[in-house]
Amino acid sequence: MTAIDTEDDRTSKPDINGLFTGFLGLGLMGFGGVLPMARRMMVEDRRWLRADEFTDLLGLCQFLPGGNIINMAVAVGMKFHGWRGALASIFGLIAAPTAIVICLGAIYDRYRQDPQVEHLFAGLAAAAAGLLVALAWKVMKPLLGKPAALAIVAVLFVAIAVLRLPLLTTMLVVAPLSVLVSWRFSR
Amino acid sequence: MSATLIALAVIFTELSLIAFGGGNAVLPEMQRRVVEVQHWVTSEEFSALFALAQAAPGPNMMIVPLIGWHVAGLPGLLVSSVAKFLPSSLIACFAVTLWDRFRDRPWRRIVQAGLVPVTAGLVAASAAVITVASVHSWLLAAITGVTAGLSAFTRAHPVAVLALGAVAGLAFGGF
Repeated sequence: MTAIDTEDDRTSKPDINGLFTGFLGLGLMGFGGVLPMARRMMVEDRRWLRADEFTDLLGLCQFLPGGNIINMAVAVGMKFHGWRGALASIFGLIAAPTAIVICLGAIYDRYRQDPQVEHLFAGLAAAAAGLLVALAWKVMKPLLGKPAALAIVAVLFVAIAVLRLPLLTTMLVVAPLSVLVSWRFSR
Repeated sequence: MSATLIALAVIFTELSLIAFGGGNAVLPEMQRRVVEVQHWVTSEEFSALFALAQAAPGPNMMIVPLIGWHVAGLPGLLVSSVAKFLPSSLIACFAVTLWDRFRDRPWRRIVQAGLVPVTAGLVAASAAVITVASVHSWLLAAITGVTAGLSAFTRAHPVAVLALGAVAGLAFGGF
């Protein structure tokens, strides 16, 4: 951290309109990962939060179910303007991406019979699968060398990808088990 | 029609509440319900819709309104979006007001650490399920392999990686 950063530590509270437009811009900017953009928007550009406040809220959002960035929008909106702020933030975040994705969906439906378009979408889907494989590798890497964690990964993988068991029941069994393992190892 | 909307509401509310580790963790369950249980779309169509959602900007759960719209038009879009985003948001609203009280508790750290392998297993399952549904030729297998390598080991932008896959599919798909 430079001296300039510490000097500019002041934050400014957004109004509801600001929350909406801030997250609207974020929804339009972020591809694949909105989170780095979110930090830039909230901490550096608009100065709603200090860096440590952002990290702290991110910890909460990762703890909760749902997408991190969705939870972040809700938590930030809530922090400044209660449920109205939360509503403005989440609506801002998903409005534009929803409109765009529906336009893309309409184009897909209209032209999917065309062989060229079919090849294009097949390639796109294969690349989207590639991104997921890379993501799986990234989340798995810190667990290599931890046999208990890898056993949990293997059980879930077989249950969900191979046996195609319902997620809810699988989670009700495996999640407490994993927390129990984590508790045993933390002592 | 209303039975379809109720099914959409039930499926996405359930997914909203168990999406620990974000949207990609619940992709296999979404595919199982939408493709195998409800038969709303084929597994190839599901992969295409997922890829479309990845190619659009914004949070990575944009496949949800897309499926709702595909299945039941505008009402489907609204029902699936509210079902997916409202329950987890209500929890977030509630949790943020309690966060000061449980942030530093030991159980919070233990639970959070315990959920890491759960998320990893679910994301690995997502990768497998989507790959199996998307890859049905050597060309597509090569695209998935190359894009996975690029994304894992270089700083290539996700949109550039998706574009590369689409162009490769278009250029070589006819052979």
